[in-house]
Amino acid sequence: MSTVVLLAVTGLGLGGLYFLVASGLSLIYGLMRVLNFAHGAFLTLGAYVGYEVGTHVGTGSSWPGFALMLVVGTATGAMFAWLTELLLVRRLYEREIEQVLVTVGVGLGAVALVSGAWGADPRPFPAPRWMSRTTALFGAQIPNDRLVCIAVAAAVLCGLLVLLRRTRHGLIIRAGVENRAMVEALGIDVRRSFTTVFVIGGAAAGLGGVLAALFNGSVAPGMGDSLLIFAFIVVVIGGLGSITGSAVAALVVALLQQFTNYYAVSGLGDFMVVLALAVVLLTRPVGLFGRTA
Amino acid sequence: MNVLSVRGLDAFVGEQQILHDVAFDVAPAGVTALLGRNGVGKTTTLKAVLGLVRRRGEVLLGSGARIDGEPTHRIVGHGVGYVPEDREVFATLTVAENLQLAVRTDRPRYDVVDQLFPDLLGRGRQPAGTLSGGQQQMLALARALLNDNRLLLVDEPTKGLAPRVVGDVAEALAVAAHRVPMLLVEQDLRVVARLARDVVVMAEGRVVHTGTAADLFADTGLVQRLLGVHRSVAA
Repeated sequence: MSTVVLLAVTGLGLGGLYFLVASGLSLIYGLMRVLNFAHGAFLTLGAYVGYEVGTHVGTGSSWPGFALMLVVGTATGAMFAWLTELLLVRRLYEREIEQVLVTVGVGLGAVALVSGAWGADPRPFPAPRWMSRTTALFGAQIPNDRLVCIAVAAAVLCGLLVLLRRTRHGLIIRAGVENRAMVEALGIDVRRSFTTVFVIGGAAAGLGGVLAALFNGSVAPGMGDSLLIFAFIVVVIGGLGSITGSAVAALVVALLQQFTNYYAVSGLGDFMVVLALAVVLLTRPVGLFGRTA
Repeated sequence: MNVLSVRGLDAFVGEQQILHDVAFDVAPAGVTALLGRNGVGKTTTLKAVLGLVRRRGEVLLGSGARIDGEPTHRIVGHGVGYVPEDREVFATLTVAENLQLAVRTDRPRYDVVDQLFPDLLGRGRQPAGTLSGGQQQMLALARALLNDNRLLLVDEPTKGLAPRVVGDVAEALAVAAHRVPMLLVEQDLRVVARLARDVVVMAEGRVVHTGTAADLFADTGLVQRLLGVHRSVAA
């Protein structure tokens, strides 16, 4: 029983990380039809800049230091995403293949930049000592960092839903995901929303970067890309453009991975995720929460 | 002064040129109907005016604004309302959200919408995708009527509707046309005969006839030649 609880909570924590990356990807694709391969770079940069601040400026292992790392990581992701949209993606408006290619380039470049600046090897991540302690939950000893990942991801989910459902910005984004040309034809400049979704997506990814570093106990140049692959799978399973879909699919994918890796063969979890992706694509190509066009 | 003047308009969908040197005017009041068989470029003409397809040529509004180089949202901002073919309401949004999204003014004319479509505002919380075809058409029209536009571009509003509903939509269009001039694409010639004062007839991406609706429908041979319809419309 305690093993099941531990696996479930760890899976939920991992699912939270997937969601933080997938939510932005899903909104960006839903609105702009751009698969943003630079999204992993937003995460990695958020993690490294957060780490840098944690080790030098603030004291990373204290609570205020950790809070500062979260804020700085989020801001870095948002800033980098904003620049990517402003300087590159926007110039290639309606040239979707070129937009995808330029994001691939940004992704590769950012990993190289991080390797150059901080080295290719993982670096231990400073966190408050409480994070590595455990809390007893239904007879299982749960590492506290897992609980933090779950709580932050849940808060981001709530915030995004409020933004999408209760604000005019959100209304425009939801309408744009469904029919961008018609939003323009109502007199609304959809391109402004492109910037908004990039910044929101980048902020979530940057925050996810700091949390992923906490989850793994280290920062590494490839951390963004390894999460990005699963985030893409989450987005497709959940349905492109659906935040709720991304949240549900993130949990399904992470739990499937955790349980398979533990009860079957370690490493089989990734295969099961790809299998789940194939099943969804064959039976419901628009994803669990996607809409048929 | 015409509310819209189009001169030498070419338009392209992908690499293909759909419109060739299209020219016509829309009168400052009432309905101008844009007619022609399927696939002659009527919808593309409306989209070209709105900048939804690539175009070149001269498009002037009555205000003097030249809009052929402007992006769609700015053209609409000049007071051009659009009711697209197949309604294009946002299916996942509620009726109220669809209307809210369309508002461009501090004083939206919910009173006009309520007067024309009394049961629409009562359905505010319903997802627009669950409305009937006729109701979706009312919603699409309502989106355009919430703002005080200078011109409405209305594309096949009766397409695919039940005969009884066609009458309701035509009635709503007639009332709307008293408020704002309209360029109307319509296949149902009875509706055209009822609403339109002027007609512009297209064939193969060009304008082949302009004049009054009365003159056109009085000449059954011309109607037959231009539109390929046999029965008399006047009946």
